[in-house]
Order: sequence, then C-alpha cells, then structure tokens
Amino acid sequence: MNSVHVLPAAVAPHQTMEQKSTNAALAVRNLSVFFGTNEVLKRVSLDIASNAVTAIIGPSGCGKSTFLRSLNRMHELNPEARMTGEIRLFGDDIYASIVEPVIVRRRVGMVFQKSNPFPTMTISENVTVGLRLNGVRDKKILTERTEQSLRMAALWDEVKDRLHAPAISLSGGQQQRLCIARALAVQPEVLLMDEPASALDPLATSKIEDLILELKKNYTIVIVTHNMQQAARASDFTAFFYLGELVEFGATTKIFTSPSQKRTEDYVTGRFG
Amino acid sequence: MQVVAFICAVLVITPLLLVFYHLTKLGFSSINLAFFTQLPRAVGETGGGMGNAIVGTFILLVEAAVIGVPIGVLGGVFLSEYAAVSVSWWVRFGADILNGVPSIVWGLVVYALVVVPMHGYSALAGGIVLGLMMVPMVMRATEEVLHLVPGGYREASLALGISKWRTILQIVVRTALRGIVTGVLLALARVAGETAPLLFTAFGNPYWPRNLTQPVAALPLQIFDYAYSPYDDWRRQAWAGALVLLLLVLFINISVRVLTRERWGAKP
Repeated sequence: MNSVHVLPAAVAPHQTMEQKSTNAALAVRNLSVFFGTNEVLKRVSLDIASNAVTAIIGPSGCGKSTFLRSLNRMHELNPEARMTGEIRLFGDDIYASIVEPVIVRRRVGMVFQKSNPFPTMTISENVTVGLRLNGVRDKKILTERTEQSLRMAALWDEVKDRLHAPAISLSGGQQQRLCIARALAVQPEVLLMDEPASALDPLATSKIEDLILELKKNYTIVIVTHNMQQAARASDFTAFFYLGELVEFGATTKIFTSPSQKRTEDYVTGRFG
Repeated sequence: MQVVAFICAVLVITPLLLVFYHLTKLGFSSINLAFFTQLPRAVGETGGGMGNAIVGTFILLVEAAVIGVPIGVLGGVFLSEYAAVSVSWWVRFGADILNGVPSIVWGLVVYALVVVPMHGYSALAGGIVLGLMMVPMVMRATEEVLHLVPGGYREASLALGISKWRTILQIVVRTALRGIVTGVLLALARVAGETAPLLFTAFGNPYWPRNLTQPVAALPLQIFDYAYSPYDDWRRQAWAGALVLLLLVLFINISVRVLTRERWGAKP
C-alpha cells in the first residue's frame, strides 16, 4: 500500500507549475497562518498526493487543524485569520483574489469531529442539502445522488427504508457517515476530515476507517487524527506537525518505523504529546 | 427556609388566581355571541357587544406584526450573525433601552411623527406604535435563539460551499425557527394588552373599522372607556372585555408552551 511513486518529502519552494504533472492534489508552499499576531503555522510546504490518504498528526495546539482548515479556507471564519504562501488545488491557486471561498469549499469538502447533521432535515434532505442550496432542483439528479452518496458512505443499506426519517434519529456513527455522504454529494475532489472518529466507539471507528480506505479510490483524503493507530492503519502518508512547524512528512510506514527526526520518533512512540 | 420560599411561591400565583376568579365572576355572564359580533349600543339600551374592539385589536396586531416581525427578526440576524462586537454591543444596548421605554412615551412619539402629519388618529398610527414596540423585543429574542444554534451547523453548511446568507436563512434561522416564533408570539401578547400608546394613536371608535386611516377601536381602549363610565351595563361589558383580553393573552402563552415543548428540534 505504500509502494508509492511520489516524493512527498519537503519540496523546494516556488516549484509550482510542475506540480500539475505530478499527481499532487494539493501543493502547499510556504504556508504561514496567523491569528492576529500569533503565527500558528510556520512556512509549511508539502504535496498531498491524489487518491491517497494523508494523515496529519501532532500534539494539541500544533496547528494541524488550522492546516486542514486552510486547505478549504475554513480558517477564514475567524476574522483575525491571515495567511501568506500559496496553496494549489490541481494547479489552481485557491487563494487567488478572484477565487471565492465558496467555490473552493465545493471542491474541497470537509467532515468535522462532531457529527453535525442538520436537525431540521430528514436523512435524504441532509444528503442533498449542498446541491439544493446551490440551485439543483432536478428531482432525478437529487434522488440519484442521494443513493450514490449514501452507498459511498456505506450507509445506504442501513437507511434506505427510512430516508425521510429525521437525521438525528440515527446513531452517532451513522450520523458521522451521513455527514460524509453529505460532503460527498456535492462531488468534491478532496475530502478533509478533522478527527472524524474521535467521538465514536471502536466499532463505529473501524467502520469509518474501512470507509476511508474505500473512498481513496475516488478521492484525495486528508485526515487529522490524535490516534496513532488510526494514522498507521488508514493512511499512506503522514505529516507530523509540532508547534506550527512541519517536522516530518513521508510515507506512513517510514514515519512509524524509521522516522528521521528525533521529535517524530518520540511522538509516534508515545514519549510525549 | 423552604417554607418561606413556598409561601412566596404561593404569593406569586395568588394574584393570577384572584384576577381570573374576579374576571370570570363579573365578566363571564356578559359574554355571549352578541358580545363578539355586535357594536356597542347607546347608553340605556341593553345588549350590544365589543365586536368592533375585537376586530380592531386583531387589525392592530396584524399591522404590528407586519412592521415588527421583519425588522425585529432581520435585526436579530444582523446582531447574531453579521455585526462586529463593538457594533452589536451598541445596538443591543439601544434595544434594551427601547425595551424599557414607558409605553406612553411611545404613544407620544408616534403621535408627533404620524398622527400630527396625517391630521388625525388612525389605525395606521396604532399599528405603527405597537409594531415599533415589538421591534426591540423580537430583535433580542431572535438574537438569543440564534446564539443557541451550535456553530457546528454553520461550519458544516459553509464547508459544503453554501453561501453565507443561504446558510443563515436555510440552516441557522430554520434551526432556530421555533424559538423565533416563540419570541414573536410573546411580543404580540405583550403589545396586545397595551392601552397607553393607543390613547392618542388608534384613539378608539364605536363603529366597525372601515380603513386604516380612520381611528379604530381596541379591546384595552374600550375596557378603559367602559370601566370609567357611570353605567352599570358598560362596566359589566368592561369586565367581559378584560376577560376576553386575558384569555387571548393566555391563549398566546399556551401556544408558546406547546411550541417550545420540543426544543426547536435540536439534539436532546
């Protein structure tokens, strides 16, 4: 699973245009993010391979969530936020002045730590909400996309007989898979997951992990996790962040078996964090 | 201690029971179909009703809602979702002051701003004064329930590439809708019983309302007039009117209870 032909390790800055030829879904160059005067991310550069799972690990407060949110400009919800550097999504500069955050977010979907299906909507309404509120009215498309997304999220068989039941009638694990289906329904190219299983029991967690392995056939996935085993099991590449810096980035097997940095080794073996 | 608290609790409810008992005793006998469907009769003639005042109150409440609900709800949305902290602090402060303005002052302001330029009392002026009084109440209520909507729903919606205003309208407001309706109903219940601001705006009218530029009757006004009169017949009708007004307010409050029983659909 890790016989990979990309070289994700730190790349020299300003190596931008060639990125299109490699299979990097997201090319991050010299990314710094500030909240007010506080520099939360410091000159991070890395390539996120397409159709692979990249795990972001690191102790609390290391900037991994901020990094994830900068990939679809969700960090901008904080009015204090400011960034420098560049992020290209399949070659397109997502921070170019003409690019609306709304468009970026349609291409880069997100699943959150706490499942958050909309409580006023049914299961199927939740799946199609991203389409409907962006103007898709065609019933046929909506019905098709509902089934397709729920199947991809491995939830279809459990809910196909009660698509019109309230979404909050589902269990916690089902709600999280519903949120994944909702994100998939708008057909993003990249799916960001912010500790998607940390609030779930082990069984529900393993379902989500199986789902991640299945989804990478069609999507590029970036997952933030606190769970080392989860990163080791589910990801192809791992990036270790510490105090806002990218300490090490490489194939997951390498990060977990023979990391080149002492700090990485200490963290993945549980000596700190 | 517990005993003292219990006695205080009983003392709180006692006036309500007394009011109810008294109004029912004195007013119930005068309530009949004619009370709701007929105009007041001249002094000395028995019978007649407060149909004009009941219709008038209804008209005034509709006008007040038309003015107060959109401004109040949108103001609340602005406070909760858009305003910078410094701006929202001032607007909130202003709304709280407005909520404390005595209702007679509202009446005077609208008298000067609407009645004088229009050269006459009118249903329009009455609706405007009640609507203006509703605005700060509805605004604060809306803002508070919007704050209760977990931020996760906003994030989830924005992360789907849904624009901010659609997120607010279709996700946030929809989630809080029950709470907003509750706030609107409570504001309506409060202005339904207002008398002072109507004295020199709606003014009162012994006939059926014809158009909004004419003075219009309202239950509290008619109660005031009749209770002041020296005629037994009118005073009995004043009691009946008070009972109807109380039942109206009670009905709105019970609707609110029913609405809030399921906490506007959020997770338990």
